[in-house]
Formats: sequence, C-alpha cells, structure tokens
Amino acid sequence: MKQLEQDVRPTVWAEPIQKKPFGFLSAILGFISKTLVIAELEIRKLRHDPTELLTRAVQPALWLLIFGEVFTRIRAIPTGSVSYIEFMTPGILAQSVLFVSIFYGIAIIWERDLGIVHKFLATPTPRAALVLGKALSAGVRSLAQAAIIYVLAVLLAVHMNWDPLALLGVIVIAVLGAAFFATFSLIIACLVKTRERFMGIGQVMTMPLFFASNAIYPISIMPSWLQVVSRVNPLTYEVDALRGLMLAGGQMTYGFGIDFLVLTAATTILVLIGSALYPRVAV
Amino acid sequence: MAAPMLETRALTRRFGSLTAVDRFTLTVPEGEIFGLLGPNGAGKTTTLKMLTTLLPPTSGEARIAGHDIVRQAGEVRRLIGYVPQMLSADGTLSGYENLDIFGKLYDIPRRERGKRVSDALEFMGLADSSNKLVRDYSGGMIRRLEVAQSFLHHPRVLFLDEPTTGLDPTARRVVWEHVQRLREEFGTTIILTTHLMEEADHLCHRVAIMHLGKMAAIGTPSELKASIGPQGTTLDDVFIHYAGATLESGGTYRETVRTRRTAHRVG
Repeated sequence: MKQLEQDVRPTVWAEPIQKKPFGFLSAILGFISKTLVIAELEIRKLRHDPTELLTRAVQPALWLLIFGEVFTRIRAIPTGSVSYIEFMTPGILAQSVLFVSIFYGIAIIWERDLGIVHKFLATPTPRAALVLGKALSAGVRSLAQAAIIYVLAVLLAVHMNWDPLALLGVIVIAVLGAAFFATFSLIIACLVKTRERFMGIGQVMTMPLFFASNAIYPISIMPSWLQVVSRVNPLTYEVDALRGLMLAGGQMTYGFGIDFLVLTAATTILVLIGSALYPRVAV
Repeated sequence: MAAPMLETRALTRRFGSLTAVDRFTLTVPEGEIFGLLGPNGAGKTTTLKMLTTLLPPTSGEARIAGHDIVRQAGEVRRLIGYVPQMLSADGTLSGYENLDIFGKLYDIPRRERGKRVSDALEFMGLADSSNKLVRDYSGGMIRRLEVAQSFLHHPRVLFLDEPTTGLDPTARRVVWEHVQRLREEFGTTIILTTHLMEEADHLCHRVAIMHLGKMAAIGTPSELKASIGPQGTTLDDVFIHYAGATLESGGTYRETVRTRRTAHRVG
C-alpha cells in the first residue's frame, strides 16, 4: 500500500478562472485566438500531407475541360455577353469549395470515434471557437482550390479580373462559402453520428445544392419552383459574388453587399447551431 | 481538513430507460490516486464523462475543487485534465505540435509554453521523438504523449479512462511509473478507470467497484481483499465477488468494435 505523503506542490497550478482585465473585450479576443488555434491545427495537418490538395484539383479540372468545353461549343445555355466557359468558371470554384467543405463532417465523426473530440470538449475552449476554427480551415483549403481554378482559367483563356480588390473579394467569398458548407456538414455529422449514415446524406445533399443554384446555368432558365429553391440556396449568392469578382467585366445579379450579407448571416446562424450541437457528439 | 478535491452526491445519468450511473456518491481527497473498477457497461466511462463536463448528469451533483461541474463547467475545465479511453492524440501532427496546440488552448503564455512543452516531453520520455509524427509512435508512446497533453496546464485533477488498455505489459509499466511520478512531483489527484486488477492494486490508494451503475464496494485494495475472505485473496476475487454476475457480458458490439479498433491502433 502506498501512503499519501506530503506532496511537493508545483509552482504554477491551473487557475480556475482566467485573469480577465477587460472582461467582455478579453472574452472576444480569447474567442478569436482560440478559433485561430483550431484553424492552425487543421492547417498544420494539411502541411504535413498536402497531397490532398492536388487530388482535389482533378474534379474541377474535369468539369472545366470536358463539361465546360463541350457546352461552350453547343451554345445551349443563354449566358448573355460572356461565353459559357467564362460563365461557368466561378460556378466551378463555388462547386469545388462546396465539395471540399461538405465532407468536413466525416472528419468530425472520425475524430469522435477516436476520442479527439472528447479531449477538445474537456478543454476550456469556447464551443463556437471549435466550430468556427474548423470552418475557417475549410476556407484555407478552398483557397488552394481557387488558386488551381485560376490557373485552369488562364489556360482556357478566360478573361479574369486581376484587380487586387476583386481578388481579395474572391478570397473573402470563398472562405465564407467554405465556412458555411463545412459548418452545415458538421451539423449533419452531429445529428447522424455515424460514417455510413453521413456518407449517404452527404451524397443526397451535395448534388441538389449544386444543381439548384446558378453555378452552371442561369436561374432564369429554371422552372419556377426550382427558381424559388435556388434563391434560398446560399450557393447561389456565393456564385453570384464570384461571377462579379472573378471575371473581367463580370456582373452580379444581387450585388456584393447582398451576397456578402446572406453568406455571413447564414454562416453565423449555422455556427451558433453547430456550437450548440457539437457537445452532443461526445455523448 | 481541507475540502475534498472531488465530491459527488447521488450523481445519476439515465439514457432512456437505462440508468447508466445510479446515485453515485464519492469523495476523493487531494493527492489520491483513485481507481474506478467494474466490468464493461458498469458506468465507469459515463461517470468520467460527467465529471469532465462532457455529459450533463440527469440528477445529483458533483464538485471539483469546490466548483460545480454543471454550473461552473468553464472553471472545472480549466482545473482538470482528461485522457479519453480511445486514441486522442492527433496522428497527423508531431508530438511537439500536439502539445503546443493544447498549450495555446489552455492560455499558457508563449514564453512559458515552450518550456512547459519541452519539460512535458522530457518528463514523459518523449524528448527524442518530439518532431516525429504521432502516427509513427508506439502505443505506449502515444499514451504517454496523451498524458503529457492533458497535464500541460498542471491540472488539479487528472482523469484517465482505461489508460493502459491495449498496451503490452512493458508499455503498461512505463505508463504506471509516469502516472505515479506525476502524483509524487505535482501532488495531482488522479482518477482512473480500469478493469485490470493488477493496475488497481499497483497504482491506486483506493478503489471503488462499480456494478450496473452503482457503487458496489469502496476501500483500499487491501481492505477490499480482507472484506471478502482469508489471506491470499486477490483483487480479482473481490471483483468477481461484487461484479461477478455480469462479468461475461462484456459490453455491446459497438463497444467491442471500438475497443478492438483502439487496441489495434494503440498496439
């Protein structure tokens, strides 16, 4: 038997309450810094194994090179003053952002099965920071996609807008779109909890989101019920903003302000729902 | 006498009609290594999940260093360290990165963080492999890294859920030594679950045997042995005495898949 002897105390114990000189302000700063730590964690993983970024480039390349080239030739879709390939390029960026992000939930389920989620939830990190950090890292992945699509677009002689402000806008919109769909995916993962069910639902969600948007054809040619669906689909607003920002002389239907607001509001709501649901993953 | 480090009163958790933890009352003084024993499904992990704020109790209450686990969950999370049963270190990051990220999450100031991380790696005997990806670690090394990760912020109470499941006897002993050294050097209170009687006998000052969510027996290993029979009784006998009826039940399919998978990965 071991006795409880007098112990030597460490000089620094964990403190129950973090010192908060500025209360609310330091809570906000704490939230931001924790979000960045979680994003950093995901980006570090990516840095150790960047092959994923390249394999992810295959799909948008196929869409642009095959689908895009063929449909440009047949001129079946009314795209106004721009050629079909130009019309489609921003849509394909939005699509690959969607595809990169929508399977984020799989990683959550994987981490839950391992016990990583439990360990993070037992730390004092705000739940919303755990969710938003993951969402931001999806944004970083989507920027890699954007870079690849810009290269493809140049090769296909699409007239891109190289104005630095427009490029910055593309970055903001791509990150927002990725954050939205990654959080959406996280919420589904929190609800279904198993990989098999998630894969099923992930497939079922992705295609309708993509086809019920203005990504590869304008909303005006859709039947009226589909027009309604596409107007509540955040992907539509992402594509609209990207179309205006990426193309030389690009036009937006709703305007950058509306697109940005819709995406920001939708993402905020989902992050709030996600942070309420996230602890349930550990149960 | 100082207030107890951990205190539960009639802690209860139900899942539908199943009562996983039933009116569990326990007091653990500072600096003790306390073992929760019991067969699979006895409620050990559920108890730990409640104490680590992952799962709200259905009724009853618990305090850690005087802080309520439900109403003061944020404070409790700063005071505890937790190593889940399953594999929780990130295989795609290096050992150093795993610790550094946790140091940031616990608000350890930058200047001190570097020192704490290298001290923790040193303490757990991982200094030489700190820049290797965790995926290339052995099972015992991963466990020690996980303990280091949960200890970086010097928690008052450390929760270890089946810390040596899936480890070979040598790796198991190394983990035990490190856990004991943590307590000796820092006076940390340690709560662990196990179904290895040898582990409880070797490591714990006191143990509680859980059976169907209830506390079936509590005491020092020698008290428990003395309570059921003559000299030469082992903790195995105590375990069978108190939990015998369900000893063969061995958990659900899902749990088994998980344990085996974890054991495979860790081992």
